[in-house]
Amino acid sequence: MASASETARAADAKDRRSRWLLSAPALLIIFVAAVGPLFVMFAYSFMEKGDYGDVKFGIFSLDGWSSVLLARDIFDDTLGFADAHLTIFWRSISLSFYTTLLTLFFGFPTAYFIATRPATSREIWVFLVTIPFWTNLLIRTFAMQQVIRNEGLVNTALISVGIIDRPLQIMNTDVAILLGMTYVYLPLMVLPLYASIEKLDFKLVEAGYDLYASRWQVLRRIVIPLVKPGIVAGSILVFIPSLGAYVIPRVLGGGKSMMLGNLIELQFGAGRNWPLGAAISITLMALVMIALLIYVRNVSRTESGHG
Amino acid sequence: MPDQPQRDAIDVRGVRKVFGAGDYAVTALDTVSVSIRENEFFTLLGPSGCGKTTLLRLIAGFEYPSEGEILLYGQDIAGLPPHKRPVNTVFQSYALFPHMTVAENISFGLEMLNRPKDEIKTRVSEMLSLVRMEELANRRTSQISGGQQQRVALARALAPQPKVLLLDEPLSALDYKLRKGMQIELKRLQHETGITFIFVTHDQEEALTMSDRIAVMSAGKILQVGSPRDIYDRPAERFVADFIGESNFIEADVVGVDHDRATMRLSSGAEISAAMAKGSPPSARATLVVRPEHARIVPEGAAASLNGTVENVVYLGTDTHFHIKIDDGSTFVVRQQNSADAGPSLSPGLRAGVLISSDAAQLLRS
Repeated sequence: MASASETARAADAKDRRSRWLLSAPALLIIFVAAVGPLFVMFAYSFMEKGDYGDVKFGIFSLDGWSSVLLARDIFDDTLGFADAHLTIFWRSISLSFYTTLLTLFFGFPTAYFIATRPATSREIWVFLVTIPFWTNLLIRTFAMQQVIRNEGLVNTALISVGIIDRPLQIMNTDVAILLGMTYVYLPLMVLPLYASIEKLDFKLVEAGYDLYASRWQVLRRIVIPLVKPGIVAGSILVFIPSLGAYVIPRVLGGGKSMMLGNLIELQFGAGRNWPLGAAISITLMALVMIALLIYVRNVSRTESGHG
Repeated sequence: MPDQPQRDAIDVRGVRKVFGAGDYAVTALDTVSVSIRENEFFTLLGPSGCGKTTLLRLIAGFEYPSEGEILLYGQDIAGLPPHKRPVNTVFQSYALFPHMTVAENISFGLEMLNRPKDEIKTRVSEMLSLVRMEELANRRTSQISGGQQQRVALARALAPQPKVLLLDEPLSALDYKLRKGMQIELKRLQHETGITFIFVTHDQEEALTMSDRIAVMSAGKILQVGSPRDIYDRPAERFVADFIGESNFIEADVVGVDHDRATMRLSSGAEISAAMAKGSPPSARATLVVRPEHARIVPEGAAASLNGTVENVVYLGTDTHFHIKIDDGSTFVVRQQNSADAGPSLSPGLRAGVLISSDAAQLLRS
C-alpha cells in the first residue's frame, strides 16, 4: 500500500511540475508585460514630477496622488476639489454605465434572434456580428464622426425630410461618445449573450408559455435568470473598456468631453505630470475592481435569493 | 367512468399540419379527426415520425394547424397561444426550471394565473403530497433523481387544474422498473384528479396497460381508434396488427359476406369465419390476421385449418413459439402457454396442423 501511495504522490508531483512548466511562458509574459509595468507605475505615482515630463528619481512626493482629486488655487494657493477631474471621473463612470445598458438593450434581442435561427444560419449571423472587428477602431470612429457631424448623414437626412431646420449638435458632446461606444462595444455584448442564449433549453420557454406565462413573464422569470452568466460576461466586457476608452472620446468628444483615458494621456503628454498620470491610472484600475466586486456581489446575491 | 354518455373534452376536426413550404413541405398530419372524451385516458400510439407529437403540440398550442379546428369543450382553441389555453403539458425531457426549487416549479403556473398567495400555498402542498414529494419541496430540480423529476413535472402540470393534461412520452427516459411503477402512478393520478389525459407513446405495452382508448397513428394519419382490447383483438389494418403485438397474416378468398362477418377459404381449402370492420366490403381476395395465441397445434388432417411442417420451436419460459411452415409457403407462428403437464413435444421436421380458434380471425381493410 505504502509503495502505491508513494508512486501516486510521485505522479502527482510530476503532474504539478509539468503544469507549471506548461504555464510558464504565459506567466512570464504576464509578469514582464503587465505586472512589472504596474509596479513601475505605482512607484512613479509617488515621485516628484520632472520639469519636462518624467519624474525626479528617488524624490518622494504625494503631489501626484493629491492632485487626483484636489487642486491648488492659482491665486490664493488654497486646496480645493479638482472640479475638472471630478467631472471627468463622473462622465467616465456614467457614460460607461449607459453604454453597458444600451448595448444590453440592443444586444439582447440581437443575440436572441441569432440563437433562435437554424443551426446552419447561426454561424453566418455570428460572422456578420464580428465584421466590424476587421476595421481599425480609429477608422470606425471617424466613420461614426461622418454620420453624426453637423453636415453628416443624420443631420442632412433630418433636414431634408424637414424634421429640423438647423443641424443637431451631436459631435463633441457626451451623446456622441455614448453613441460611439455603444456602436463599438456592441459585439462584445452580443457574443457572450449569444453563447449563453444558445445553450438555453427552449423547452423551458415552451413550458413557461404552457404554464400561463405571457411573453414578458417568460422573458423575466425564465430566460433572463437562465442567461444571466451571459449578461454578466457581456456587461463586464463592455463596461471595463468603456471606462478606459481613449480613441472614441478623443475623436467624437473633441477636446470638450474628456474621459479618464484622455486625462491620463494628457498628464503623460502635454501636462508633463507623470506622477499624476500614474495615480489616475491606478485609480482607474481600482474603479474597475470596485465595479466588478459590486457587480459580482449583486449577481451572486440575487442567485442565492432564488433558492 | 366508462359506459356513460360523456362530453368530448377535445374534438379535433380535419386538422392538417404542414411544415415548411414548396418543395420542402412535409405533411406531419394529414387531415386528422378524433374526439377525446371527458375524464378519459387517451393514448396516441405510433412509431416516431407518425405525427403523434405534432398532434399533441397542436392541442397544447406550440404549433398552429395549417387547416382544421381543435375544439376544447366546444370552443375552438386552434388559434389561441399556449398561455391562454387551460391545457398543460408534461414534457418528455420534463423541462423543469433549473433555477427554481421543486415547490417554485409547482407554484409557477398558479402564480402566472394570479391566484391568491394562500391558495397557491395550499395547492402546492396538495400537489406535493399527491406525487409524494413533500420532503423534497425545497430541493433544486438538479438535486433530485429522474423519477422524482418526473413526478415534479406531473405536479407542476396538474397544479393549475387544467381541463386536459398532455403527456409527451413522459416515461421514456426512465428505466424499466421505474417506468412500470410510474404507469400505475399515472393511472392513479388520472383517477384521483378526474382530468382528461392525452398520452403520447411509441410503446405498445404502455398504451395497452394504461389507456381507456388508443388511437394508432402512422404517417400523419389515425388508422384506428378503440379500446386496448379492440385494437389488439380487432386490428383494422395491417399496420395496426403489425405494430401492436405479433401477428400472422394469411391471404384468403372471400366466399361469403354476412353483414359484419365474412366466410373465408384458406389455402388448405378449409373455411373459417372472420370478423370484419363495418363499412369495408372486402374484395375477392383479402388478408386475415390471427394472433399467435389464438391458434392451437393439432394433429395434421382435415380438422386443422392449415397444415404444414414444424420449422422451429422457441422456448420462452412462460410460452413456447412454434414456427410452422405452411404448405402454401407462408409461415405461421403459434404461441402456446407452457404448463407443468406438458403434452407431447413437437420437434422441427414433424408434420402438424394449425387450428385457428373460432372468432379469432380478423379481416383487414384492404
